[in-house]
Amino acid sequence: MSTGAEDRDVWVLAEYGGGPSSGGGASLRKITYELLGKARHLAGATGGRVVAVALGTGLSGLAADLGAHGADRVVLAESQVLDRYTADAYVAVLAPLLAEARPCLLLVGSSALGRDLAPRLAARTGAGIVTDCTDVALEDGRVVATRPVMTRKAIARVAFSNEGPRIAVVLPNVVPPASADPARTAEVVSVPVSVDPAAIRTRVVEVLALKRETVPLTEADVIVAGGRGLKAAEHFALLDALAAELGGAVGASRPPVDSGWVPHDYEIGQTGKTVNPQLYVACGISGAPQHQAGMSGSRCIVAINQDPQAPIFQVASYGLVGDLFRIVPLLTEEIRRLKTAPGG
Amino acid sequence: MEFDLGDEHRLVQSTVREWASSRLLPLAAELDRTGRYPPELIRELGDLALTGVFVPEAYSGGGMDTISYVIAVEEVARAEAALAAVLSVQNSLVCYPILAFGTEEQKQRYLPDLARGRRLGCYCLTEPTAGSDAGALRTTARDDGDSWILNGTKIFVTNGVEADVLLVYARTGEASRGHGISAFIAEKGDYGLAVGKVEHKLGIRASSTCEIVLQDCRLPKDRIVGERDRGFRVAMATLDGGRIGIAAQALGIARAALEDATAYAKERRQFDRPIAEFQATQWKLADMATRIHAGRLLTHRAAWIRDQGRRHTREASEAKLFASETAMWAATQALQIYGGYGYIQDYPVERHLRDAKITEIYEGTSEIQRLVIARHLLRNQ
Amino acid sequence: MHVVVCVKHVPDTEAQVRIRGDGRGIEESGLNFVMNYYDEHAVEEALRIKERTAGTVTVITAGPARAVEALRAALAMGADQAIHIQDAALETLDDLGVARVLAAAIAPLPHDLVLCGKLATDYNASIVGPALAEYLGLPQATAVSRLELREGSATAHREIEGAVEVLEIALPAVVTVERSINEPRYPSLPGIMKAKRTPITVRTLADLGLAPGTAGVDRRVEPLGLTPPPKRQAGRIIEGEPDVAVRELVRLLRQEAKLL
Repeated sequence: MSTGAEDRDVWVLAEYGGGPSSGGGASLRKITYELLGKARHLAGATGGRVVAVALGTGLSGLAADLGAHGADRVVLAESQVLDRYTADAYVAVLAPLLAEARPCLLLVGSSALGRDLAPRLAARTGAGIVTDCTDVALEDGRVVATRPVMTRKAIARVAFSNEGPRIAVVLPNVVPPASADPARTAEVVSVPVSVDPAAIRTRVVEVLALKRETVPLTEADVIVAGGRGLKAAEHFALLDALAAELGGAVGASRPPVDSGWVPHDYEIGQTGKTVNPQLYVACGISGAPQHQAGMSGSRCIVAINQDPQAPIFQVASYGLVGDLFRIVPLLTEEIRRLKTAPGG
Repeated sequence: MEFDLGDEHRLVQSTVREWASSRLLPLAAELDRTGRYPPELIRELGDLALTGVFVPEAYSGGGMDTISYVIAVEEVARAEAALAAVLSVQNSLVCYPILAFGTEEQKQRYLPDLARGRRLGCYCLTEPTAGSDAGALRTTARDDGDSWILNGTKIFVTNGVEADVLLVYARTGEASRGHGISAFIAEKGDYGLAVGKVEHKLGIRASSTCEIVLQDCRLPKDRIVGERDRGFRVAMATLDGGRIGIAAQALGIARAALEDATAYAKERRQFDRPIAEFQATQWKLADMATRIHAGRLLTHRAAWIRDQGRRHTREASEAKLFASETAMWAATQALQIYGGYGYIQDYPVERHLRDAKITEIYEGTSEIQRLVIARHLLRNQ
Repeated sequence: MHVVVCVKHVPDTEAQVRIRGDGRGIEESGLNFVMNYYDEHAVEEALRIKERTAGTVTVITAGPARAVEALRAALAMGADQAIHIQDAALETLDDLGVARVLAAAIAPLPHDLVLCGKLATDYNASIVGPALAEYLGLPQATAVSRLELREGSATAHREIEGAVEVLEIALPAVVTVERSINEPRYPSLPGIMKAKRTPITVRTLADLGLAPGTAGVDRRVEPLGLTPPPKRQAGRIIEGEPDVAVRELVRLLRQEAKLL
């Protein structure tokens, strides 16, 4: 099996949604395309292949998509024991695969699954691991990761050692996704899975979907977020309307979550999610450092706040000082008007 | 000589600061605007035993020292001054005299509830004709055999509306200034005790200040605190601790003024730069910070001497005098830094000014503090 | 039930962070350190379990001398015992190394459950939790917002993308907690006094039977240095009445930012 060149290969753990247990076809998550994009770039520098690995059941449909987005090789590990993610099963399958393949690097997405899995996998295999990466590059023959630290008040560069496996857990919405080339295909390999089900010590009983139709915050390109200035839970309806016009997701800073106006999964910031949208509209958010830590990577920030001294205006690309209860509906209306206008 | 705070003092400081900034500070403007007394916050402070900081653990108190107390009061005052006033009255003016002069039975009966904030206390000394001249008080307490009968009017009673444990000073003996005064514990519900006029104040509006009217108020014999006719001693000993508490409150207000003004000066831009870059602003901030630091050293040292069990009347007065005048001065400076915005109630600094003023007056005016300090100086000549 | 909680002493997230001149770390002097925010939730959860099941709560930290304050804060909240792993070699370890050290300290203790915060707010690595589970040979559940314990197993609600995953996990286990799991209590004054009197067990790597210097774990990542974050371009305030300003904003978003 070994051609001697594997240590230049870049592996990507493919993440997907749907699949047999949820009663539908599996399809790749956005982060997977981003990891493939980064892997292509790195493999170009190492001279190796991009290898995508997927674990689960009924995954053959993913191979074409993985190939089209840049995988040279797709490794599928399919078994009922892998039907839902468990750390025990995934580590049991991936550790020997990595030990045998000895790639230059394994890229994992910083999702709930990735953050649960990667550190355990690193401990099992003695790998170097860096999480929350905003970039991974080859520098002077070493793999170097970049990540924000200290509530985003500093940027750290970390080099992987020359020894042993390397795992980089990459933040979503930061690296550009690979483009699709339908003519591109990958070599598909199925590996046998021999995990003893009795050795799996966790079991997913059920998955309770949260009633949110919009795209997850960490993947959203447009986010409309509300803060203390919203004053009450029902006013988030204003942000829902604006987000709907913009095709975006709704989030919040910490005070609305603490006050119980919105659930915790809305929270953006040090004690919530880190997001990287193209457009972030902050309504009634003062912009404390803990909040900025979660959204300062946004490409364009619009701030609406009636306090001209609010720190959010220091990071906003565009700021409107005024009453959000007037401005937000006007903005929603103006965007709706733009969309329906001829040539709009 | 050790100037750093010890481990447990730092933990008290960080705990109270964390509590005050997340639970109290967001409500400060609303509490001042509406004058609402927040019983839910008192309950939380009680759960942490901050309503009985130096009450021994045997009576459900915090079992800590005076330094812990002043640290706690300063942190609460930094967030909101009225609640600090409530805390200071509860700790210094009600828990302390019962602890220092009460019978074991009185301690068992009152301290646990007071220390845990389940009951609120207040201090009834001042009268319409007896302010600085407290010894001239006219409320009487007549021995009726199996009870005391009290008659008189007390004014400017902090916590008077919500309190149900009242420390009341009344004349039991010769009408000759300090002598012949006794201290009593009255409870809401005692016959003949009523809340009179409720005052509308310039500042510390979330704490109530009112008149307490005693009309043939009947107290059981076991309600006297300490010896008969020796109550003035109770009042004076109580004031030593009370003054240290007020000094801490003043420091908290001053610090709020400094921190708010500093944050504002860094954001506010005029002539193309933050006003924090102008020397005039920098000098104000530097002077504020230095005086607050000096006030804190005076206050902590007075607390330390008290914890050593040594006399500290003069040090308590110096701390209270300096800290309160610093608070008033710092709040004025801070308002000036805010400029026009400082005059507007949307911004917190005018509240700091209104809250600071009372610290120069109650628990002994600045004039009285100066007399106390001078008396100590001249006596030792 | 015996619960062990791992806590970390980290800079206050409010703190102004200054990068050292040599770029190799942050200036610690003048910085305010506190117990990691997520660990407070872990300690609180442990205390609630103790109150329900009559067990013990042991807190443990691997860190420099100042880290004892995180232990005292946990004791003041109500934890029973505290262990401080203090060793100059800690500074040379990477996160897996730290997890290895914690595992060595926890393994000999009675532990039905090991709790940590899901991440520490200084480096946000969230590596120690699952790595600790691996080194202890225990199952894991991360980012848990609700935990129900039974004899021999537990049900954990995990926050995942757009959903809550309900997981059954065998005990003993390592669980990392989300902030939505509970509201931590403040240390009371009697708690602070009790914490002051509670002796703290101090351990070096050698005490734990680990090779001094490396703990038997080779460093696999090497920090190269810190730089300040990129400064955002100064933006602008759009003036005018709301309807005018809004139209101008939309125009700019379209034409300048090329977003709509």
